Amino acid sequence: MIAAILKRLLRMVVVMFGISVITFLIFFATPASDPAARIAGRNAAQETIEAVRKDFGLDRPLYVQYGLMMEKLFITRDLTSFANRGQQIVPTVMAAAPATLSLVSGAAILWMLGGILTGITAAAFRGRWPDKILMGISMMAVAMPVFWVGEMVNLVTQNRLHDTWAFSWVPALGYTPFSQDPGLWFRSMVFPWLTLAFLYIGLYGRMLRTGIIETYQEDFIRTARAKGLTGRKVLLKHATRSAIIPIVIMFGMDFGVLVGGAAVLTEVVFGINGVGRLTYQALKVLDLPMIMATVLYASFFVVVANAVVDLLCLLIDPRMRRA
Amino acid sequence: MTVTPETTAPILSIRDLSVSFLGARNSWTSVIEGLSFDISPGETVALVGESGSGKSVTSLSVMGLLDPATSRVEGEIRLAGHDVLKLDEAGMIRHIRGQAAAMIFQEPMTSLHPIYRVGDQIIEALTSHHPMPKAEARKQAIALLERVRIPNAARRMDDYPHAFSGGMRQRVMIAMALASRPKLLIADEPTTALDVTVQGEILDLLKDLQAEYGMAMLFITHDMGVVAEMADRTVVMLRGRSVEQGPTAEIFAAPREPYTKALLASVPVLGSMTGKPAPLRFPLVDMSSGIAGAALPLQSSPDMRAPILDVQNLVTRFDMRGGLFNRRVAQIHAVENVSFRIFPGETLSLVGESGCGKSTTGKSIIRLNNRSTGSVKMGGDELFALRPEAMRLRRREIQMIPQDPLASMNPRMTVGDALVEPFTEHRMGSATDARAKAARLMEQVGLTRAMLERYPHEFSGGQRQRVCIARALMLDPKLIIADESVSALDVSVKAQVVNLLLDIQDRLGIAFLFISHDIAVVERVSHRIAVMYMGEIVEIGPRAEIMERPRHAYTRQLIGAVTVPDPGRRHLRRNQQVKELKTPIRPLDFKPPARRYEEVSPGHLVMLEN
Repeated sequence: MIAAILKRLLRMVVVMFGISVITFLIFFATPASDPAARIAGRNAAQETIEAVRKDFGLDRPLYVQYGLMMEKLFITRDLTSFANRGQQIVPTVMAAAPATLSLVSGAAILWMLGGILTGITAAAFRGRWPDKILMGISMMAVAMPVFWVGEMVNLVTQNRLHDTWAFSWVPALGYTPFSQDPGLWFRSMVFPWLTLAFLYIGLYGRMLRTGIIETYQEDFIRTARAKGLTGRKVLLKHATRSAIIPIVIMFGMDFGVLVGGAAVLTEVVFGINGVGRLTYQALKVLDLPMIMATVLYASFFVVVANAVVDLLCLLIDPRMRRA
Repeated sequence: MTVTPETTAPILSIRDLSVSFLGARNSWTSVIEGLSFDISPGETVALVGESGSGKSVTSLSVMGLLDPATSRVEGEIRLAGHDVLKLDEAGMIRHIRGQAAAMIFQEPMTSLHPIYRVGDQIIEALTSHHPMPKAEARKQAIALLERVRIPNAARRMDDYPHAFSGGMRQRVMIAMALASRPKLLIADEPTTALDVTVQGEILDLLKDLQAEYGMAMLFITHDMGVVAEMADRTVVMLRGRSVEQGPTAEIFAAPREPYTKALLASVPVLGSMTGKPAPLRFPLVDMSSGIAGAALPLQSSPDMRAPILDVQNLVTRFDMRGGLFNRRVAQIHAVENVSFRIFPGETLSLVGESGCGKSTTGKSIIRLNNRSTGSVKMGGDELFALRPEAMRLRRREIQMIPQDPLASMNPRMTVGDALVEPFTEHRMGSATDARAKAARLMEQVGLTRAMLERYPHEFSGGQRQRVCIARALMLDPKLIIADESVSALDVSVKAQVVNLLLDIQDRLGIAFLFISHDIAVVERVSHRIAVMYMGEIVEIGPRAEIMERPRHAYTRQLIGAVTVPDPGRRHLRRNQQVKELKTPIRPLDFKPPARRYEEVSPGHLVMLEN
């Protein structure tokens, strides 16, 4: 057990190191990315740029620069932005993280519940109308772009029907920290959650349905039926538990990626200042310290989420416990 | 226990059963027509027939396990007083499944749920019909596992299925079936997937349990040996119809129908080769009359001057990895110090149970795994020392016929393309030559040249194996490794394919390394036999010596476990001790003991116990 955890930690360090090096090198290979010129500001004289270059240590070898950046990021934690002078990177990311985490965690709960319910119901009614309706809706959910759905939701809840009884409770766009006002936090997150979860409910529901139907071809399902178990028990206990493993694995990936910033479209549409938005803005101005911090933050979550999923799979499927 | 059918009402009565399946384009295909038979309490009835004869469909109909959307079941099935076809799903669960009837299946490896403990699966069978406290259910489940002679039952309750061998899993399945004390146990090919010695154990167990529980048994099998040993009465099925039914002894002694005669004549019988010097073809059976023709022996004899293949001290070990850095923690000694020679025109058989290393030996010889050491000489070349390109050319001379022909063919390639490919790959001639040769070989293996345009799925199992033989012959090999090549075939097809292999050997003088667990077939085709156990050859020698005067304890056990189609063995008990087949997993610093062999007669070597 301890060996397994150590192994994962080691793998995480290796992955994050690799990502940081690649990010770093790509940045310096990008045209017009000269950080000295950016820091010095527009129309700066050549001498100013050179002075900045020397000041910030940008004339030193790349590996030294890399080492300095890592030191400032992880040890002294006083890395500053190249684009917005004086902006401290670590506190900015830390401030954006709760918004993204609230958005993605809430949506994840919704989409896991919704996806599993959809998948099981559709599989149980396979080929009949509840299945057809659910699969039709799922297909639509997967097909509709999340930013479009988000804008439509905003149109209805913030504009057209905002003044009716149905949506008057919806606060204006933006994020309120939980610590500030839990009620407002919840109300402002309801529609972002639903919007983000909608796509994934469709995706997971379809996958689970296929998985359950395939599992029904297995010999052990025939055994379960021959034992005289009720249809419900066969479906829930014997078929679903095997079919849910690929869903759990996919969930780990999706959750990690979204927390790391892939929820940027939802964040932008609902005016949530999350990590995704931060990354996007940093990319626009080629702000290396910010990019580095958000990319490492994202990779951290992907690796952690995967490790958690691995452990979950061990719990679900004893066959994986060998070796 | 014998119960006369006249005095008691049958426990299962099937009248005029017809089943059809929904096929492509909404057409119904009939798979069973007008089937009727009875089973009395305590009686065992065997349904026997080749694949596609409707045996399993019959059993699934009794349990109501066919998908109602794609199948239609008509007629009458009465089981323990219930009219099965009139019951709905809830009724089936309340009265039939896991109540009056229970079922065990062919594939013990996949029939248990892989992610639940075996104990819990048995407890589930116990409690789903009769609610009881947890502790009580657990106690009963342990008792059931003890009943099916699983060692350390109480401890093994909490193991998952993957920790059990095939035979042990089948025991768990039987324990689960017994949970409801069924009046009828349906066993659908329960021993087909198991090794012979394990098959013997399971058959013994079923006989004992039947006596203990007084239950009736519907035994489905294609194996006449198993029928003879298990069944009071036999129903012979052919294409969904019952051809002949009656007491097993009568059917075996005096079969009336041609098909029954043909089926019985095709069964390889152990011991039928006593006194025969050369490998013998199966007698050709006329399917319309059921009369068997003469069995032709192999004409040519092997050329014992110089071996075509000389294997010395072959060792193949696989690493087992684990721990923090995925280090090697142990080794599986799959093949350990194996030596043998094969001469031109000779058949050497490797026999043994699954996991004994016989297939690995075949693969190691042609370097399909790179973990082997030792020496394999062919025509003066050391195969293990050849460069890859030279080895590729050598492979032309050694061809393989696989166990599963469908899996070994590319489904998107016509059979013709599959045959031509190796020929052109080795630049043996032009594309026209290749086509001509493929056409000629198709005819030699009993197919037509028109079939070259077909895809693998358009052939039957036996035809596919013929295609694989033709493919192997395309390169004019000197040696063919036949790895369980006839094991998956129906008896009558098996006989034909074995005859074909012998024809080829007669005509072309090809040597065979025949890898099989089917000892009755091995006896038929071999010049010499090598018996493998846990990666080592324990005994090797001329066929007659091994079969008639086996010296090693394991060889005797293996031969003794084979079923024989003789109803006189109905009450036979082997009384073997229950054991799980071990895998030769050894620590890294394990030094294999030096083995010595005693030559008991010319060419007959037996490993001495250390």
